[in-house]
Parts: sequence; structure tokens; C-alpha cells
Amino acid sequence: MKPKAILIDTKDNVATAFQDLSKGDTVTVSLEGREATATLVQDIPFGHKFALSPIGMHEPVIKYGEPIGLATQAIDAGQHVHVHNMESQKGRGDK
Amino acid sequence: MEFQGYRRKTGKVGIRNHVLVFPTVVCSSEVARMISEKVPGSVYAIHGGGCGHVGEDKEQVIRTMLGICSHGNVASVLLVANGCEAIPPETLIPDLEKMGQPYDVVSVQEDGGTPGCVEKGVKIVQKMVEEAGKLKREAIPLSELILGCECGGSDAFSGLTANPSLGIAADKLIADGGTAIFSETTEMLGCEKILARRAVDDKVAQDIYDAIANAEKTAMSGGVDIRGTQPSPGNIKGGLSSIEEKSLGCIRKGGNTTIMQVVKYAEHPVRKGLIIMDATAADVMNDTGLLAAGCHVIVFTTGRGTPVGANIAPVLKVSTNSVLYNKMTPNMDVNAGVIVDGEGTLETVGQEIFDKVVACANGEMSKAEALGHREFDIHFRMII
Repeated sequence: MKPKAILIDTKDNVATAFQDLSKGDTVTVSLEGREATATLVQDIPFGHKFALSPIGMHEPVIKYGEPIGLATQAIDAGQHVHVHNMESQKGRGDK
Repeated sequence: MEFQGYRRKTGKVGIRNHVLVFPTVVCSSEVARMISEKVPGSVYAIHGGGCGHVGEDKEQVIRTMLGICSHGNVASVLLVANGCEAIPPETLIPDLEKMGQPYDVVSVQEDGGTPGCVEKGVKIVQKMVEEAGKLKREAIPLSELILGCECGGSDAFSGLTANPSLGIAADKLIADGGTAIFSETTEMLGCEKILARRAVDDKVAQDIYDAIANAEKTAMSGGVDIRGTQPSPGNIKGGLSSIEEKSLGCIRKGGNTTIMQVVKYAEHPVRKGLIIMDATAADVMNDTGLLAAGCHVIVFTTGRGTPVGANIAPVLKVSTNSVLYNKMTPNMDVNAGVIVDGEGTLETVGQEIFDKVVACANGEMSKAEALGHREFDIHFRMII
């Protein structure tokens, strides 16, 4: 069966969609013995990320086992994670 | 674990037994090709360097030439000079002598122009091929193998399938005591802290910061700030949210182990384990630099597709998606697209890449070799 999404590192708190996914879909990802399930609260396009667990405001979004940026607002499990609710920690001379 | 390879007088090991016909300058490139094409069992290089280099650039070209000519995959080398170049054979010979690498020299200007030089070169190369044929493979520990990790023609799947799978293969080789080198410094922007945290010591951490800052400076000297386009609007539409995420997808091809050393383009590492080569992201130039740094085999992930190989080493291609694999099956050695199709996982594809690397080390041909791909290109910044 075609997987709906992929978990790249066991430490990640997001997974990446392998196909266009719809609100209400329940997605399970697994890697090296870790399994995580999230019910999507909105549509997730192919290649985009969704949260596997709640991420608090200013908490790191973890992919590849590393922070790829910080949440700019509280993010629920199953929610789309992208530039609207997270931002890079790089190149912000204004902060 | 062991592989069947060649042990050289230079102290290096090889997984191929090539006789290399190497022009010391662009001017004698065609003569080198003519010689090699007349002697089956030899390979040649064509490049645009050898004259007009200054300073660090010149050092880089010399380092590359020496690394290629004394490579473990090269049994012996014929240097083909024109005769008045800035990097004549005399520049390379003392080091080749010191290393104990078998070599000989012909010169277009001294050996009767093209026909005379070709005739003399062919006789020498025939003898070299004969000699090389006497060498036998022997058991060599996998800890002596050096893997080059490369990505090019990337797509949305690169950071999700092929690169993490290649990273798993690199981790496996390093767990066996071996070495893996990854490169393409501009693709590390935004990951300075992440990479520096993985450095074995403070010196290596500082080298990582310096290399990435320098790549940024070089890019900006062209009048552009690459950060403004990283990730690009197309990347964002595709789901990438930050430069960290984009870069992590690239560097994951080197796996997850401690970074032992940062080397320059074409510089041999002195440590084993995971190594960063601070170098250009241009595919063929990067491959040549990886080989000159000692890589025996390169694994090259691609999402859009590329046919490139190398003249002295196998280059294994890993497609990131099955659409590409089906379009370019003759060029692809492994399909990481099976992860998307539900027919494989990062772990199974990582194991498959590792197994292919070992098979290649034992003598199995990569698709690029079988198809006759012999790409080669030395990186330098300018010629004056």
C-alpha cells in the first residue's frame, strides 16, 4: 500500500505528505520502531508537513531530527506546518 | 567486513585497475584521447585546466591532478604534456615519485607533434595495460573504502527518499570503520549550528562555520544574496518552510555521524569517518574533487535525472522517484522511489545502496561505467 506520509527521523514532530491528503484522514507513520498517528485537521498537499504532536509557540519544529525553525503560534497535532505558523531561525538580523 | 580490491605500492587501495592517460593541459587533451582510444583497457581525462592559473586556484588544480593521477583506482598514469604549460609534468613528478605511483611522460612539442606523440604514447600505454593486468584483487577491510555522497538535479523527493537512504548507507560504511565524504557547501547554508554541533572538536566546528560563511560571501560577491531565494517561492509552494529544512534535506545524504574533518576541494582527509569537502555544488566538478580527495566510488542521488559518470571510478545513481526511474532505467542503479510506492522503506533502500557500493567495490560495474560515461572536470575560479 502506498504510504500517505513519511517520518524521516525518530525525533521529528512533523511528517511529510507523500500524496495530497484530506482533512479527517488518519495518518500513521513509523520508523525504526517509533510509530506516530495524527488525524488531519485540514487538507495537506503533497510535499507539505503536518504536526504529529502539539507544538507550543516558539517551540522548535523538528524534521531530520533537527530544528528547521520555530513555531510562531501554537500548532495542534494534525495541523499544516508551514511558513504561516513557523519561521526560520536564520537570517533574522531584526530579531 | 571485507571487499576484493587492489593494494597499491603507494599505500592506497583501489576498486578499479585503470591505466590513465592524463593531459597536463587543455592543449594536449585531444592527444591524450587519441592515445587512450587506441589502447583498450585505458581511460583518459579531458579538462580545461593546466595553464593560466594563479595563487590558490593553481594549488587547487595541481592538488586535483595529483589526486587523480595517484588515485587508488589508477594502476599507472601517462602524463601527456604539450610542453609550455604552467603546470608541466615536472610539477607533478616529484610527488608521484615520492608516493611511488608508476608514471611515464610524453610531450607533443618534444615527441614529434600529434602523430609522434600518439605513437610513442600508445606503446607506453600498451605496456602499462599489460602490467596492470598482472595485478590481482585481494581481501581489503571495508574500513579502507571511501564513499563520495553527491546529489544533483534534485526534486521534492530528494530530501525525503534518496538522500536519507544514502545517509543510512554512509552510516553503515562508517560503522564498519570506513569513510564517507559529502560536499556542496552552498547547500549547507542555514545548517551551520546543526553541523558544528556534530563536529568532533572545536577546530572542526570552526572550519564548518568558516566554510559556510565563505560560501555565502562568494555568492554575494556576485552581487546576490542567496538567502533571499532560499527557499525559493517554488520550494515554498512545494512544502519547504525554511532554509534549514532545504539544507537538511541535502546534508542528510552524508548520514548522521560525527563530522571528523573539513577538507578543501580535492584534499585527502587524514581521518576516517564522515568528512565535509568544502567545494562547489556543480556536479561533475564536485565528482572530480571527491575522486581527487580519494573517494573510490560515488553515490549520486537525482530527482530530475542525470547520466554522468567518471573516468576512474563507478558512479552509482539513485533515483528519488519511480517516474524518473521508469524514464531513465538504463542510467539508474537504485530506485528510492519505492519508498513513495510503499514497496520499500528508508532502511531497505539504505541497505540496497550499501550492498551496491560493496558489490561495486568487488568489481561489479555501475550503469554509468557500462554505458561508457567518463565525465571529468577540474574546478577553478579563473584563468588569466
